[in-house]
Order: sequence, then C-alpha cells, then structure tokens
Amino acid sequence: MSAVTLTDIVKRFGSFTALHQTSLEIPEGNFVTLLGPSGCGKTTTLRMIAGLLDPTEGEIKIKGKRMNDVPIHKRNLGLVFQNYALFPHKTVAENIAFGLKYRGVSKADAEEKVKTALDLVQLPHVGDRYPKALSGGQQQRIALARAIVIEPDVLLLDEPLSALDANLREDMRVELKRIQHRIGVTTVFVTHDQSEALALSDHVVVMSNGRVEQIGAPEEVYNTPASEFVASFLGTSNILPAQCLDLDGTEVSLDVPDLGRLSIPKSRAPKLDRKGPVKFVVRAEKVTLSTDGSASQDGITTKGTIEAVDYQGQAARYFVRVGAHQMQVINMIDQHPFAEGDTVSVHLRGRDCTALPGNQE
Amino acid sequence: MGWSLIRLWTILVYLFMFLPVAVVVLLSFNASQFGSFPMTGLSFRWFIELANNDAILRAFQTSLILGALTAVISTTLGVLASLALVRYTVPGSNLISTCLIAPILVPEVVLAVALLLFLNFLSINKSFFLLLMGHVIFTLPFVILVVQARLVGIRRDMEEAALSLGASPIQTFFQITLPLLAPAVFAGMLFAFTISFDDITGTLFWKPGGVETVPTQIFAMLRNSISPEINALGSVMIALTVGLPLLGAAIARRMAIKRGG
Repeated sequence: MSAVTLTDIVKRFGSFTALHQTSLEIPEGNFVTLLGPSGCGKTTTLRMIAGLLDPTEGEIKIKGKRMNDVPIHKRNLGLVFQNYALFPHKTVAENIAFGLKYRGVSKADAEEKVKTALDLVQLPHVGDRYPKALSGGQQQRIALARAIVIEPDVLLLDEPLSALDANLREDMRVELKRIQHRIGVTTVFVTHDQSEALALSDHVVVMSNGRVEQIGAPEEVYNTPASEFVASFLGTSNILPAQCLDLDGTEVSLDVPDLGRLSIPKSRAPKLDRKGPVKFVVRAEKVTLSTDGSASQDGITTKGTIEAVDYQGQAARYFVRVGAHQMQVINMIDQHPFAEGDTVSVHLRGRDCTALPGNQE
Repeated sequence: MGWSLIRLWTILVYLFMFLPVAVVVLLSFNASQFGSFPMTGLSFRWFIELANNDAILRAFQTSLILGALTAVISTTLGVLASLALVRYTVPGSNLISTCLIAPILVPEVVLAVALLLFLNFLSINKSFFLLLMGHVIFTLPFVILVVQARLVGIRRDMEEAALSLGASPIQTFFQITLPLLAPAVFAGMLFAFTISFDDITGTLFWKPGGVETVPTQIFAMLRNSISPEINALGSVMIALTVGLPLLGAAIARRMAIKRGG
C-alpha cells in the first residue's frame, strides 16, 4: 500500500498555478525527495501533504484514507522545518514530549519515549536545556526527534539541512539517512540541493515550474534524464543538437556535428521514437581528455582546445572548444591539470551518453 | 568646545523636564502649611492626610478599578485584533488597522467631544461603563501596536510545528503563541493601565456625575487652593506611573533569563 497518494493535484494561487496537475505515489517506508529550484512547486506539494495548504483540485490520500478535509493536527505527520521551529519557551524534553501530550501517552511512557528519541539523535544529555543553548545542528536533531517521537505515518522534511553550514550539512545528511533506515518511516524530503537528493533518496522527483519532470531512482534520473531540464539541473551536462540517423530496439545511431557519429544503447534514450533532430546529452565527467591522440576502440575521439580551467583540487573543470561548441569537461587531475590553450583529444563513449527528442523546448 | 556646549544643553533640557517633578516630590515631604518653598522640615504629614482623605481614596479606588478593567479589556481586544490582522487575510485589513490606530492620531478633545455627542444623539446617559469604553478606545491602539510588532516576529512555522504535532489551533494558541507573545501582552497591559490611570481630558467629558478619578480629583482640588496634599498625591502618582513599567521590565527580564536568555 502506498503511504501517500496524490491524484491529479492542482494548486492555484489566484491566477498563478503553483502546481500543475500532478499525481504521485509514495510507497511505504520510502525516502522520496522533491528536488527542484525555488518556485518549482516542491514546497507547495509538501505543504499540501502536510495540510498547511488545500489543493485546488485533486485528492490526497495518506495510508489509503482521503485527507483533503482533515486538518493538519489530525493527520499524524512529523514535520521538520528549515529553521528548526523549536519552541523557545520549552525545554528540549518538553519540546519532544509536546506531540505525545495530544496522543494520550502517560507521563512515564512519554519520559521513556523522549529518552529513546534523544538517544536516537545522539544527544542524550540535553533534555533539560532550552533550545537557545544548543547549536544549529543540535537544534535540528531535536526538531527531528520531536517529529519522529510521535511515530508519524509520514515524515515531512522541508529543506531541513539548508540552514546548516557545509560540513555540518554532510554529517547531518548521513545522520538523517541512518535514522530513517532505523525507524523505517516513510519520508518526503524537499530540497534544492542535488547532492542531498542523490545521496538520501530511494526515489527522486525532479520538479520545475510547477510540473514533475521526472521520477526515478537517483541513478536513473542522473544517468537517463528525461528532459533537458533534468539533464542540466543534475550535475553538469553538455547538451548538443544532433541528428538521429537510425534507431531500432537496441541501438540509436547519432550524428553529432563537430564530434562525429556514434551509437548509443536504446535503453539510454527511451523517449526517442523517430529519426530526425535530437538533443545529444553527455555529462561533463563522462568526457575524457588526453594528450595522446590514440583513438580508442569505441566511441568518438576528436580534437579540442582548452579555453578555461576551473581548478578544484582533485579534479578540474575545463571549458573545451570543439568546433562550434564549448563543452564542459570534469576530469580527475593526473599530476598536472591541462593549461589554457592546450590542444587535447576529446573522447566520449556511446554508452555514457543519452539523447532526448529534439522538438521539446 | 562644541561638545561641551551640547553637553550643557542636554543637561538644561533634562533639568527643564525633570526639575518640576523633583520639586513636587521634594515639596510633598515639606512640613510647612503651604505647598511651596521654603522647606521648613521633613515630614510624612501630607501623606498621612492623604490617606485619611475619603474623596481622594475613593478617587484612587475608582482609578485603579478603571485602569485595571481598561487594561484587561483593551489587551484582550488588542490581542484578538492583532491575531486577525497579522495571521489571517481579512478583507479591508488596512482600513481596519488604520481605524484601530486612529484614536492616537485624533486629538483627545475631539475624540472626547465626539463620543459625548454621539452618546447624546443616542440618548444614552453617561455611566461608568461608558467611561470604561472610552478608555478602551484610546488605549487599544497602544496595545495593538505593541502586540502586532511582536506577533510579526513570531515565526509561523512554530505554530505549524505545534499543529503538526497534534495540537488543535486553540491549544496551539495557548501553548505556543500566547506564551511567546507574553512580554508584548504584558507591556500592552501596563501601557493601557498607565494611560487610563492618568488620563484627564477624556475622563472629564465622559465621567458620570459623582465619579472622580485621581486626575479629575486633583483638578477639582486645584480649583479651590493649592494644598500640600496635592504634592503628596503627585508623588504617589509619579511612583506608580514610573514604578509599574520598571517593575514590568524587571519581570520580563526575569522570564527571559529563566528561558536560558
């Protein structure tokens, strides 16, 4: 059974449509991320599941029960906000026990549950402190403890890591994954950070302009983007116009101007159904640069000139001129990075590339 | 050179503001028959006489009750109005907001006469209740301004968090919003009390016959003669109107420290 089912949900604010008709199923125990830039409708979707916004059209079900007219405090959800939203006038223990009060949990049981929750987030000794006395990361752990102690049907996380600084954010990411695995709660996570989405999720829902662009496992959306938006939003991609010369059930032959001809597996271009103009997509880290011109057995090799170098320590991002195109290439550095003006061999393999139908915007 | 002139000027301004107050307090301890200099000795005589003056005690009682009721009603209405204006989309909220704040901007005499004429028009007799309503009208803006400012600073997501944890909207208000709002509610209440307690203009117009508040009582006494008792009464009023807010601030600070300030 699905934990959350959205059927033909639409949200309008006056004449502005924040979310176009969307349907979404979130399986029990899954960690699903709504990923997209700000204004893509991901927070709107989360707030509708939470009951903080009413959908204009469509139906929301949680554990099979219609929720449209159920107010938020009767939905049994755990909600974690970007700014923690701890109650400053209550101690940490009182904060965590807050939801238990309304669930008829006895005082002794509540104390036990609070203790377990504090152990789970690895802050066992802060129960009688006030939130102000804790660091940002600690406060977010308490907010998480407060949300999961009520054993919610669904845990909703609204950019919970965005207010933390970079190092802490990665620690919390690991921590969040561990806790979610441990208690197995269905989780909906909203973020604009692709690395969070890829690292944490069972499924990623990529959104843009109030529409779902693609739903899939992290590897799937990363390797086989369904649209130009997904290709460019996740990681760094080179998107070039190309011609589809031939296609059958297993292979697609492409002619990419300035690069040459190559075949890619049909499974990497599932949306392609006819010959003609297409968009050829290759990730920046799937292109290899080398100084020797030795042609390899598969794929295509061509010449390029380094126009700019963005040094990143273990890797470097190069802007390489290939014919009329400037391509972005991210390669690990072997001893020295290439320098501006170097002529290099640009190599890419068909099985690392994808193609999208060319007529979409 | 320039700075010492500014310093001197500042001192003069403060003297101008506070010297009369100091003089009143000083003279209230004067043993002399007359409420003026020279001082002939230190004495609590006028305070004792004050405590035995029935008219003043009655006025004092009226003022305290009036002030307390004004504070309670004004704060309750003010908190509700602020909640509606800040947390909900009310049609015409700008107009409502302006109307609620307007009593500060309109000269009090105008407000007082207007209300009086209005009551006349409706053929309603003056009463303590209407005096109370009058005070509520012109203390309400202060409460609303203070409470609204604080409410804007209380992030909505705290209330949303409480709701998501299972508290109903009413439980959320009493568990989360009101405690966080408490300093502003408290300040608004003190404002309302002090403003009501020393108001004279409106009160003179609205009070029914036979009812005197402390300010109108002082006013009445001044018409006959300047008794040293008035100095003593003045001192008591100053202690109250200065002391109450200070006490309030101290309590607010204590509450903040308890929360791990």
